[in-house]
Amino acid sequence: MTPARTWIIGTVLTVIVAITNIGIANGASDGAHLTAQRWSFDGIFGRFDRTAVQRGLQVYLEVCANCHSLEYVAYRNLTEIGYNENQIKAIAGQYEVEDGPNNDGEMFTRTAQPSDYFVSPYANAMEAAAMNNGALPPDLSLIYKARAGGADYIYGLLTGYEGEETEHSVAEGLYYNPYFPGGAIAMPKPLYGDDVEYADGTTASMEQEARDVTTFLSWAAEPKLDARKKLGLKVLLFLIVLSALLFASKRKVWRDIH
Amino acid sequence: MSNSSMGKKVVQWFDYRLPIFTFMHHSLVDYQTPKNLNYWWNFGSLAGIVLVIQIITGIVLAMHYTPHVDHAFDSVESIMRDVNYGWLIRYLHANGGSAFFVVVYIHIFRGLYFGSYKSPREVVWWMGLIILLLMMATAFMGYVLPWGQMSFWAATVITNIFSAIPLVGETITTWLWGGFAVGNPTLNRFFSLHYLLPFVVVGVVFLHLWALHRFGSNNPTGIDTKGPKDTVPFHPYYTIKDLFGLSVFLIVLLAFVFYAPNYLGHPDNYVKANPLVTPAHIVPEWYFLPFYAILRAVPDIWFVEAKLAGVIAMFTSILILFVLPWLDSSPIRSARYRPWYKQIFWFLVIDVIVLGISGAKPPEGVWLILGRVATVYYFIHFLILMPLIGRLEPTKPLPGSIDESVRQESGTQTSETTRKHS
Repeated sequence: MTPARTWIIGTVLTVIVAITNIGIANGASDGAHLTAQRWSFDGIFGRFDRTAVQRGLQVYLEVCANCHSLEYVAYRNLTEIGYNENQIKAIAGQYEVEDGPNNDGEMFTRTAQPSDYFVSPYANAMEAAAMNNGALPPDLSLIYKARAGGADYIYGLLTGYEGEETEHSVAEGLYYNPYFPGGAIAMPKPLYGDDVEYADGTTASMEQEARDVTTFLSWAAEPKLDARKKLGLKVLLFLIVLSALLFASKRKVWRDIH
Repeated sequence: MSNSSMGKKVVQWFDYRLPIFTFMHHSLVDYQTPKNLNYWWNFGSLAGIVLVIQIITGIVLAMHYTPHVDHAFDSVESIMRDVNYGWLIRYLHANGGSAFFVVVYIHIFRGLYFGSYKSPREVVWWMGLIILLLMMATAFMGYVLPWGQMSFWAATVITNIFSAIPLVGETITTWLWGGFAVGNPTLNRFFSLHYLLPFVVVGVVFLHLWALHRFGSNNPTGIDTKGPKDTVPFHPYYTIKDLFGLSVFLIVLLAFVFYAPNYLGHPDNYVKANPLVTPAHIVPEWYFLPFYAILRAVPDIWFVEAKLAGVIAMFTSILILFVLPWLDSSPIRSARYRPWYKQIFWFLVIDVIVLGISGAKPPEGVWLILGRVATVYYFIHFLILMPLIGRLEPTKPLPGSIDESVRQESGTQTSETTRKHS
C-alpha cells in the first residue's frame, strides 16, 4: 500500500469517526433540534461581546437570580467584564451574607463584598427544592458547559416555550418546552420581554434578553475564553511556522538517503 | 575552551563509573534504525512525549486538586478560574488523555499492519499491551477525579463489572469501593493510583524500549536489516523526523485545547456528582467505546449470565492480543506482501470503529445487533482468520533487502516523473 493511499484511507476513517461522533453528541440532548445561533464568542476570533455580557448580568440579577444561584462566580470577577471596583461594591452591596463566627462565637449577617461569591437565593439545596415544588433549580455557573448544545440550548430553552405558560402544561406544575429533554420542565416561562429596563437603552425584547443572558452565562462558565482564544492563535501560528521549518530541515537531512 | 574540556573530563569520569552517557548516546544517537520507516513510525516517540506531557500537567494539577467528595468538583473549578493558567493545564491534561489513546491506538494498528508483534519482537508487543492496560486503568481513574456526574456514574458502572465474578464478586466490589457504594474512600484511592500508575507506565516503557533495541525497529517491508546499507543512525535522521511529527501533532492537540477543549468530554461532567440522580445515558470516554460495546453485546450463554459473559468477552478482547504472535501463522511480517491479510486488516479497523459507534448508542435495536455482529467478527478475525490466512494466502515476493526496496521505490518514482515529463 502506498503511503498516499494509506493517508487517504486514514483521513477518510477519521472524518467518518468525527461525523458520527457529532451525531452522538447531538443525539445525547434528547430535546428538539436546536437552531444554531451566531454568538460573539464563536470561532477562532470570537470574543465575548462586553456590552451583551453586562446586559446579561442585569437580566440574571433581576430575573434568574430570584431562583438560580451562581456559586462559582464572585463579585470580584465582574472586573473581567468591565466593571470597576466601585460599581462592583455597589452590586455586591445589594446582598447580605452570613458570616462568622465572630469573637463572641456568634454568626452574623453583613453586606456582601467583592470577594464574596454570588449570593444564592436559598439557604441550601433542600430549601431550594422545597420552595420550587420539589424541583431544584440548577446552579447556573456551568450551565453553558453542562448541557449538550451549550449556548444554543440555553437560548432555545429560554425562547422555546410554546403558547401561554400553562396551555401546554404536561402535568401539574410542569410546563411544555420542546428543547427540554422530555419536554416537561418545572421552570415557568422566565422571559417575556421588557422584564428589565436596560441601562444602555437597548430594547428589551424577549429574544434580546435571552441572547444577553446566554452570553453572560457562557462567560460565567468559561471566563477564560477570550484569553484562551487569543493565546491559541499565537501558539498555533508559531507551531505552523515551526512545522514548516522542521519539514524543510527534515528534507535537507534526508536528501542523501532517498 | 578549558571549560568544555573540563566538562568533558567530568563526563568521562562519571561515565566510566556509571555509563549513562554511553547508554544514552547508544540508544538515541548511534542507534541504527531502518532507513525506510514511514510516518506511521512517528507514533511511538509521540506516545512517549504525550506521557511526559500528561505527567507534568498532572503533577501541577495535583498541587491544586482536593481528592474529597465535598471539594473535588469545587477544586477543579478553582483550577479553571483562579489558578494562573489553570484552565490551560487542565485542558491540556484532559485532551492529552484523549490524544494519548489516539496515538497509542495508531501505534498498535501500525504494529498489526506491519507485523511488528512477530518473532523476535513478541516481548516488545507484550510490554506495549501491558502499557495499554495500565493506561486504561489510569485514564478511567483520572476521569473519576473531577467528581462530576459522569465521573461518579462511570465509576459505579465500571467497578460493578467486578461484581459479575461468581461467589466473591460482591466482596471484591465492596473492597474496591472501600465501602458499600462509590464514595470518598473510592475517590481517595483512585487519586492515589492515578498518580502512581503513570510512573509504572514509565517503567514498562523502558522495558518496551529495551526489548525493542535488542533487535531494532521493524520496518514497512517487515524484512530484517542485513547491514549498514539498510540503516541510518537515529540522530539526526529520526530525531528531525520525529520533531517534525511532534510539531504537527501539537498543532492538532492544541487546536482542541484552545478551540474545542470540551468537544471530547461529556456535558454531564460539568454537573457535580449526585448519587441520587442517574444520567439518562451513561457513556464512557470515546477511547473505551469499542470495549464497552463488547461488554454489552453478549447475551446469556447457557448457564453463564450475560453480565459475566460480557465481562469475560471484554477482557478476552484485549488478552487475545497477547497470543497474537502465535495465532498469526504467516512467516511474512508486513501486510505489503500479504494481499489477503491486508484486506482483513482494514476490515478489522472498520469493525473496531463500528464497535465504537455502537458503544456510544443505547444498547437496543439495530445498534445492538451491529454491536453483536462486530463483536463476533472481532474474535473471528483473531481466532480463525489469522491462523487460517497465514497458511492459505498467496504472498508477494519480498525484496532482497531494505536498501533494494528503497531503491525500487525511488526508482519507480523517478520513472513515473520522467514519464510525466516526456
